[in-house]
Amino acid sequence: MPSLKDLKNRIASVKSTRKITKAMQMVAAAKLRRAQDAAEASRPYTERFNAVMAGLAASVGGSESAPKLLSGTGRDKVHLLVVMTAERGLCGGFNGNIAKLAKTHARDLLAAGKTVKILTVGKKGRDALRRDLGAHFVGHVDLTEVKRVGYADAQGIAKDVLTRFDAEEFDVATMFFARFENVVVQHPTAQQIIPAKFEQADDAAATLYDYEPGEEEILADLLPRGVATAIFSALLENAASEQGARMSAMDNATRNAGEMIDKLTIEFNRSRQAVITNELIEIISGAEAL
Amino acid sequence: MANLQFDLVSPERRLASVEASEVQIPGSDGDMTAMAGHAPAITTLRPGVLRVTHGGGSDEYVVFGGFAEITADSVSVLAEQALPKSEVTQEIYDRMVVEAKEAYGKAQETFKNEPGPVDDAAKLLSDMVAIGGHIGLTPRP
Repeated sequence: MPSLKDLKNRIASVKSTRKITKAMQMVAAAKLRRAQDAAEASRPYTERFNAVMAGLAASVGGSESAPKLLSGTGRDKVHLLVVMTAERGLCGGFNGNIAKLAKTHARDLLAAGKTVKILTVGKKGRDALRRDLGAHFVGHVDLTEVKRVGYADAQGIAKDVLTRFDAEEFDVATMFFARFENVVVQHPTAQQIIPAKFEQADDAAATLYDYEPGEEEILADLLPRGVATAIFSALLENAASEQGARMSAMDNATRNAGEMIDKLTIEFNRSRQAVITNELIEIISGAEAL
Repeated sequence: MANLQFDLVSPERRLASVEASEVQIPGSDGDMTAMAGHAPAITTLRPGVLRVTHGGGSDEYVVFGGFAEITADSVSVLAEQALPKSEVTQEIYDRMVVEAKEAYGKAQETFKNEPGPVDDAAKLLSDMVAIGGHIGLTPRP
């Protein structure tokens, strides 16, 4: 049975932990707000871009001279997995879920006899995958210093990926990130970026555009930008998801700490009462003995 | 006269969304001006100055790469990077010119026997320098 002093110390320590988790939750809430705004601001660009690309891809995609970024290398041997996670922990299952999805995917590919290469973005994913798949790592992008994800960061990653593609280091690239649904729900998602896939809008064929320069030149110019755009929106989704996950994780932690404090306080009061009762018994039995 | 809806978006933010009477676009094959009733077209952009004329006057933006989608009643410019003209400082401009110069030097080294990429890089550099003339900045030597 812990002494009164021990209990008092534990209550104090749980109380300060609660203060920290509470503060982290509020910081995460503020950051989440900013991350959501950023994701919101990028949406018009991404939507328009994809709509135009879908139209272009539909009209050029069938031809033999279509760019490799769209039609693929014709092989399906080497897969590049771009695993995007957070730089920090303490955000519930966020990093773990993305890493798990990537791991399952990598295992399936390996079982099918493909070669797997992994590019990690964010420290936590790298740590989570190192033990099982460390031999497949080909690179790492460090965003520790980045406070707010900008388009330039996405461009950097895209450049890295495209250089590897040009050097024929891989045939198919898939990225892993968490799609933000709401504060409680984030879906780990796998999205193929090379060869590019675009969802065909229903009314895409409605307008016939003049292309200046030609369709294929535009497509060749835009496809690399498409990779950067896809990566950028994934980074933004990820940033929002991370903060959302951290917020709910810290909310839980705060609540747990509260429950623990209640329990410890009851225990503390009981043992204090026991001490008092003991003393009384001693006094009374002492008096009776006289 | 009929107006058209003009949107200028970059990946990071929406810079403008106004009713405009005409939009002058720095297309990669040459400047073009879009007015209401223009035939639908898609063009890529070269680095340059985009000028929008609307009821309250005209605005100028510096855009670097991207593309424009023109329809009869709207113009959407999706610029990879765009800034209102007033926000382009000497420092930003210098950085852009230096980057273009580096890309040109690199292209000259890596593609010695292929004129294509070298010409592209040279054009990018001259476009960058030309922007300076439009916005009253000169590249530092």
